[in-house]
Amino acid sequence: MIPYWAYLVNVIQVKSMSLTEADVKRIAHLARIEIEDKEVAPVLGQLSNILGLVEQMQAINTDGIAPMAHAQDVSLRLREDRVTESDQHELFQSVAPQVEAGLYLVPKVME
Amino acid sequence: MEWEVVIGLEVHAQLSTQSKIFSGAPTAYGAAPNTQACAVDIALPGVLPVMNKGATERAIKFGLAVGAKINRTSVFARKNYFYPDLPKGYQISQYELPIVEGGTLTIQVGDQEKTIRITRAHLEEDAGKSLHEDFHGMTGIDLNRASTPLLEIVSEPDMRGSAEAVAYAKTLHSLVQYLEICDGNMQEGSFRCDANVSVRPMGTDKLGTRCEIKNLNSFRFLERAVEYEVARQIEIIEAGGKIAQETRLYDSDKDETRSMRSKEEAFDYRYFPDPDLLPMKISEAMIEEIQRTLPELPQAKHARFMREFGLSSYDASVLTASRDMAAYFELVVSQTGAAQAKAAANWVMGDLAGALKRDGLEITHSPVSPGQLAGLVRRIADNTISGKIAKEVFEALWAGEGDADAIIEAKGLKQITDTGAIEKIIDGIIAANPDQLAQYRSGKDKLFSFFIGQAMKATQGKANPQQLNDLLKKKLAG
Repeated sequence: MIPYWAYLVNVIQVKSMSLTEADVKRIAHLARIEIEDKEVAPVLGQLSNILGLVEQMQAINTDGIAPMAHAQDVSLRLREDRVTESDQHELFQSVAPQVEAGLYLVPKVME
Repeated sequence: MEWEVVIGLEVHAQLSTQSKIFSGAPTAYGAAPNTQACAVDIALPGVLPVMNKGATERAIKFGLAVGAKINRTSVFARKNYFYPDLPKGYQISQYELPIVEGGTLTIQVGDQEKTIRITRAHLEEDAGKSLHEDFHGMTGIDLNRASTPLLEIVSEPDMRGSAEAVAYAKTLHSLVQYLEICDGNMQEGSFRCDANVSVRPMGTDKLGTRCEIKNLNSFRFLERAVEYEVARQIEIIEAGGKIAQETRLYDSDKDETRSMRSKEEAFDYRYFPDPDLLPMKISEAMIEEIQRTLPELPQAKHARFMREFGLSSYDASVLTASRDMAAYFELVVSQTGAAQAKAAANWVMGDLAGALKRDGLEITHSPVSPGQLAGLVRRIADNTISGKIAKEVFEALWAGEGDADAIIEAKGLKQITDTGAIEKIIDGIIAANPDQLAQYRSGKDKLFSFFIGQAMKATQGKANPQQLNDLLKKKLAG
């Protein structure tokens, strides 16, 4: 299995680990984060630093060490299949911007 | 050119748990909007998912039933995309290490058996529902379905046409119900299919570019959509075009598939392990315990029905298609004896299934109990009534007029098997129809059925058909 940090590299989808401004804009779009043009260069620098750290870690020899999917070496607790929650939609919907007929209303989405 | 069709299916089976996969909210269908969506399901800040053991057990049960490898460690991953009915901005699924890997399912197409390989089956949560009706130009979101547990079962591209795809989907549908891990209700979306379809020149190995068709919520739609899609792809290729890999939606009103997502917006789900969920470890003890609860599977039952009851492969497959029908049939046979198994099978698959369909009932709610049907089959076997009269008795059973014996008694339907009595009736008919008798004796054989008809009329259909036949022949011959 691929270690956790490698997923970050996957996310950024660069193999050479050198980012371009276009990569930054693409990642920002995928994550729906608004970045102004003047911010692109500083963000590029920050992300490149992170990748630099990843590069350092990649240099470490991990042969024979089982990859981990989580930072803690413990396993998942399973809960019994029982209904424990009651209906609280009125409370939840009291902070929603718009509600009608029990539904949350959002700007129109089309497929 | 001759084309080979290549199909792989992705089936989403909703697991029949009481509570959601990552929260304690109920999963019941049809509740008022958002009344079954708790803080975890609607992704309020600070909430954490807690895995439902019931969902894990059901996934393992499926894996064992198809002979798959159960991964002792599996990992939950985030599949990132933005849509209003996905409140977290990601769906929790499994990516690199699914709980179930490999396995096979044997399907029956006509009288051919074929084994379809299963790639994997992984656990994931469902999204909510978007309602696009007009809410002042806005979209309504119901999150009741959010975080409902799903098992996504992915097959290898092993199917070679719509008939095989439908057979696979039906076999899987029957299996998950046998295992009691999914209610199989397709109208409610408990069992949904996506089909990956491509074509390639017959005799070549390289896979063609595939299109994924979504929204196939009935076997009929699956069949129609695949056929439409195959024709569309062949037409494009033969006209010198290229197939674009894309997701298409089946529109059942227009009976066509249409592009759902444009190519430019290539999907990048940016999967990574969900830090909120630790790796899921499955103990040997848990697997052994689930192994013990496995019921007799459809294929084993099919083989046993043929062996024990001497049924044809076809009869056995009809009877074992649903666990409830198989159980009903076995209850009937337990009271009639295996010698009457074929007769019992005919009644269950014929008149009973027909009446159930007519009245829109499930076999578990049949007005005729297995014991009552067995009573009817026994009376045919011991010649108390003829097969024809039995249909009348069956209708009375259906109407709730009591057991077969009571109905036969009350309606005076008992078959006449007394040779003397039948002979007397025949004599009367022959005497009353001298012309027909003369014609018959001069070679007009067709008139035999006239005499049978007269005799049946005279006995209100109660004369034993075989006896009547034999005696009439003798008498007419003179």
